[in-house]
Amino acid sequence: MALIDWSKITLTDPPQMPREVLRELKKGIDGTFREFSRGYGEAIENFFHPLLMFLKWFQDLLIETPWPLILVILGALSWWGSRSWKMVVGTVVAFLFIGWLDMWEDTMATLAIVSVATLLCIAIGIPIGILMARSDRVQAMILPVLDIMQTIPSFVYLIPVVMLLGIGKVPGLLAVMIYAVPPIVRLTNLGIRLVDKEVLEAADAFGSSYWQKLFQVQIPLALPNIFAGVNQTIMMALSMVVIAAMIGVPGLGVPVLRAVSNQYLALGVMNGLAIVAIAIIFDRVSQAFGKRLQKHREGEHGA
Amino acid sequence: MPDLKIKISDLYKIFGSNGAAHIDKVRDGVGKTELLEKHGHVLGLQNINIDIFAGRIQVIMGLSGSGKSTLIRHINRLIEPTTGQIMIDGKDVLSMSASELLHFRRFDASMVFQKFALLPHRTVLANTTYGLSMQGIEQSEAEKRASHWLERVGLAGFEDRFPAQLSGGMQQRVGLARALATDADILLMDEAFSALDPLIRADMQGILLDLQSELHKTIVFITHDLDEALRIGDDIAILRDGNLVQQGSSQDIVLNPADDYVADFTKDINRARVLTLGTLSHQKPSVDGIALDSALTLEQAMNDLAASEKEAITVTKDGQMIGQVTMRDMIYAASRVKAGDGDTVTYR
Repeated sequence: MALIDWSKITLTDPPQMPREVLRELKKGIDGTFREFSRGYGEAIENFFHPLLMFLKWFQDLLIETPWPLILVILGALSWWGSRSWKMVVGTVVAFLFIGWLDMWEDTMATLAIVSVATLLCIAIGIPIGILMARSDRVQAMILPVLDIMQTIPSFVYLIPVVMLLGIGKVPGLLAVMIYAVPPIVRLTNLGIRLVDKEVLEAADAFGSSYWQKLFQVQIPLALPNIFAGVNQTIMMALSMVVIAAMIGVPGLGVPVLRAVSNQYLALGVMNGLAIVAIAIIFDRVSQAFGKRLQKHREGEHGA
Repeated sequence: MPDLKIKISDLYKIFGSNGAAHIDKVRDGVGKTELLEKHGHVLGLQNINIDIFAGRIQVIMGLSGSGKSTLIRHINRLIEPTTGQIMIDGKDVLSMSASELLHFRRFDASMVFQKFALLPHRTVLANTTYGLSMQGIEQSEAEKRASHWLERVGLAGFEDRFPAQLSGGMQQRVGLARALATDADILLMDEAFSALDPLIRADMQGILLDLQSELHKTIVFITHDLDEALRIGDDIAILRDGNLVQQGSSQDIVLNPADDYVADFTKDINRARVLTLGTLSHQKPSVDGIALDSALTLEQAMNDLAASEKEAITVTKDGQMIGQVTMRDMIYAASRVKAGDGDTVTYR
């Protein structure tokens, strides 16, 4: 079986695989993966079951909590992050508006998935970033993976995820995380690598062990960068809400999809703006928090 | 002679992918340039032998690239040597296990850095307790000791500031307090005052000398500034291209530079401020003169002699007369006259 169909080559047609070979190749890959998902799909699904339970519980919790309490919690969070009354008032007004336009439940569902995705991204991303900062070899291996995760169209990895896990919250969460985890990994790695060499040397000279150096010097000094990563991760998770809705994740993405297929302009715009409002609030609050982390740099020359 | 504290022998450092492979070439006389051009390795240090004595300030001097910062980092093994031996209190630093090395760094040697290397996210007090917390000392006790040292370096009242809020001189005082707080016998100072402006630098030198007169630590002090070296060094070693070109007292270095490189260094210094009467004194038919101590510098002695309106100085040591120095001797010595040029200059 030839790998190149010599008869087809012309000035406008590059060398090609013979059609039947290519078809076989694709069928082979699909078949193998289908076998795999038949064989292990259930095991993998069981593995993620606790996560599914947690997601459901958290979403129900947000939806069933009385709205004034939610407003108080959100207001308090935004005060804790930004220390600005403007932010608190903005947050409360935005969420009141969301409720007034009948988007409360979807918004809570979106908040649930975005916060769980962000927490998981932090839990997975920071250790990977630390590993990358520790060794150039690990960095060289992980960087291309991150590049792929960020550039490959999300629909492409939705296919295997759906084949494996079907549609629902968990595959949606995975899709969101694949897209949202790279910034936190990158910025943790960068932040740790940017820590002043002389400060590290000082830590060594005073007899710090690896872990002491990591927790007392490297991570605290990398924190502003790590926090920029968290901020980016939240933003990217929010931007995946509509795509996640395609595979059955409840939230603000669902009405947007409905609006697209039925040409409901108002519905689409309102839900879209609700996502924007959440994004702006999260962004400003987390940025203000990140700035406060750097307060000790005040008065630094040239900073 | 005081006790030997640090003994560095036969130390070589070759930077590059496989430094050990080139060690024999360097021993056979392959120089820095050739090693770099033909073999792609950088010669950091070669054949370093130096004895550092307890309670003294050993200055290691050289221009940038001479290997002085590399050398000081070998003492606490921030840099691993290619070959050689470093004995501290009779223990070989290079054969220490990882945990022994941590212990050594925590308790036996502390370090002050050129760019201060403070932790920007910690307050002055929390920076000063850093070494103590590495020693496992309880927080309240560590803070007590740290406050004591901050007070000693003149930073009382600044405990809650962050390093970025302090001037360079003040930051380096924190660096000094942090190093002193661990109570280590050995203090490694890597161009500790080089980043400070001249007045502050002189100030810090004064603080260091004051503290040393009381603490008697073994200090290894790196500098590229001969004035600084002469002011604080009990012993001075001069490095060039990774080689020790001269070791000796400040008088030796100024009066008998080993080569042109060292002579170049000493060219612009104020010799009258370095040389002492003891170095110059010689036996001569007795002239009526004023009695001055042999440790006095020429600068002070000239002043005293001029004021006394006499012809010569009778040099004394511990109350005993050891010789004489005339104004003429001092002028020749201070103005860098080579041996034999003046009829009374016999010190060389």
